Amino acid sequence: MSLEAMLIVAAVLFAIGLYGALARSNVIAVLMSIEIMFNAVNLTVVAFARYVAPLALRESISSVLTGQVFAIFIITVAAAEIALGLGIVFAMYRNTETVNLTEASQLRN
Amino acid sequence: MLAIQDLAFWVLSVVAIVAALGVVLVRDLFRAALLLAVVFIAVAGFFVLLSAEFLAVVQVLIYVGAISVLFIFGIMLTRNVREGNLPNHLQIPAVLFPALLLVGMVIAAVATDWRPIPEAATDMVELAQTQSVTVLTEGALESGGFDSSQAREEARQSGLADLLIGRYVLPFEAVSLLLLAALIGGLALARSRGS
Repeated sequence: MSLEAMLIVAAVLFAIGLYGALARSNVIAVLMSIEIMFNAVNLTVVAFARYVAPLALRESISSVLTGQVFAIFIITVAAAEIALGLGIVFAMYRNTETVNLTEASQLRN
Repeated sequence: MLAIQDLAFWVLSVVAIVAALGVVLVRDLFRAALLLAVVFIAVAGFFVLLSAEFLAVVQVLIYVGAISVLFIFGIMLTRNVREGNLPNHLQIPAVLFPALLLVGMVIAAVATDWRPIPEAATDMVELAQTQSVTVLTEGALESGGFDSSQAREEARQSGLADLLIGRYVLPFEAVSLLLLAALIGGLALARSRGS
């Protein structure tokens, strides 16, 4: 296990999530793909905190934790995004009886 | 010891990638949500491997415990059995763009000279990251490379919580405000119009 292997796994997860977000027509499937992308980014941040901690231990020991603090912020923002996203999905389903993105065109005209 | 970590890494990689592919390819949305929970658990395993134990626990609590259940609720409440999880009409660009991005990211990951911390300091980083959420004994810290008692004292006093309400208190408050606003917004959106 090395930094490069970790980064490549995270990149593969991110690409899979991006494909899902672009190619699916169900809103909930798109939201799930976005969650995969969030997780891939978190993996990258934590891997950098573990392997290339800047000036770690020389300047300040707590600097090896900065990446983890950022990951906590990302998790919080992802939770807020899901709460709002599902609220929008329910509102859409109530109004149009569908969760299909290709039929969501009320704003077009 | 190292062999076990490598084995765990490869097993977790295969599980995470296969489950993620399942999430985006399976037609039954309910199964996709269950596979998403598998991806989250694999990522929690990666966090343990990267000595981020607190994040692993947070990952299991928030992602596996809360977000997966929210998704399953969402699928149950809006399920459209007839259609399932259909692909849309953008298949070619949707494959091409992530593939190009993946190639770019892999090249960047392999070709960049990352200058990782020296092997000797790795144990110290791991100990300092573990110390942030648990209490290690004086002896464990000393054998991990913290020679002076001053360094040991500093390692003892640097924790995730200290950073969150110390150096990063402003982002912390901003993010809590964002969470509150998102909760109220989600409530207002999902509430039925009449009541």
